[in-house]
Amino acid sequence: MKGEIIAGLAIILFFALFLYVAASNTGADWGGADGEAEGVIAELTEGTYEPWFEPLIEPPSGEIESLLFSLQAALGAIVIGYFFGYYRGKQSA
Amino acid sequence: MEGFLPHPWWEVWYALSLPVVAYGIYRMNRLVKERRETLPLLALAGAFIFVLSSLKLPSVTGSCSHPTGTGMGAILFGPALTAVLSLIVLVYQALFLAHGGITTLGANVFSMGIAGPAVGYLVYRGCTRLNLHFYLSIFLAATLADWATYLVTTLQLALAFPSATGGVVGSFYAFGTVFALTQVPLALVEGVVTALIFKYIIQVKGDVMVKLKVIDEKGLGKLREAIPA
Repeated sequence: MKGEIIAGLAIILFFALFLYVAASNTGADWGGADGEAEGVIAELTEGTYEPWFEPLIEPPSGEIESLLFSLQAALGAIVIGYFFGYYRGKQSA
Repeated sequence: MEGFLPHPWWEVWYALSLPVVAYGIYRMNRLVKERRETLPLLALAGAFIFVLSSLKLPSVTGSCSHPTGTGMGAILFGPALTAVLSLIVLVYQALFLAHGGITTLGANVFSMGIAGPAVGYLVYRGCTRLNLHFYLSIFLAATLADWATYLVTTLQLALAFPSATGGVVGSFYAFGTVFALTQVPLALVEGVVTALIFKYIIQVKGDVMVKLKVIDEKGLGKLREAIPA
């Protein structure tokens, strides 16, 4: 149980930290770090840099983007769950 | 960040990543042919990267980033195979999510699939040599693999966009506050979660870890004793 408790505490602490920053803030917009890096590039090049290639397919909306991200997580989670379920079941059989 | 890495940098990172990925594919083919029993663990390591790299988490800096999940693959299979697993995720995100990018794929494979896992692998091997506790070694390896990935991303951007006043070092700090700092709490959580998952792997597939020379027979016995049935 020790491992589960440590992991649980770490995750709770992580979100507590997030809530603390969110509550005490400063107008953070919780955007992606990628987007912020693009901002830094604009600053460093004084706005002269133009991306020379566009994404081939862009998710038409934020909803569809989160759908695709969830799909990615779900696929991974199915495999992980199958792996542990299968071998645990085999062990106790 | 499609299109954000200018010539010649995107080519450079492609050139550095390609041979490692090719070697990884060769190693993976051989491993699956010769040791069929490692296949489920390979799938698990890939799935772990899938899940973790899809989770965009808020961090103390007020922005969001995602963990990499590559520490597990690096510890079990080494960096070359992990590069192949990362490539699959990165292609998915670049093609369908406009996250990452085809032009930056080489750079992303290098930071997430090669540099991070190489650090994780070396840290794990180093910790074992120092006889550190197994789960502590996993924690350190996975945390540092995650963090190193973003340090390398920072370096890649700094090299491509040196600051007019501070040069590469100046931009390294500028990008570092975006990536390296945001990533610290995420990397720590990834380390803890990876260590926990390894407890379950020890329970069900510890024997395969011995075959992969991740731990030895004696160490496995001790760890198994510590887990109540």
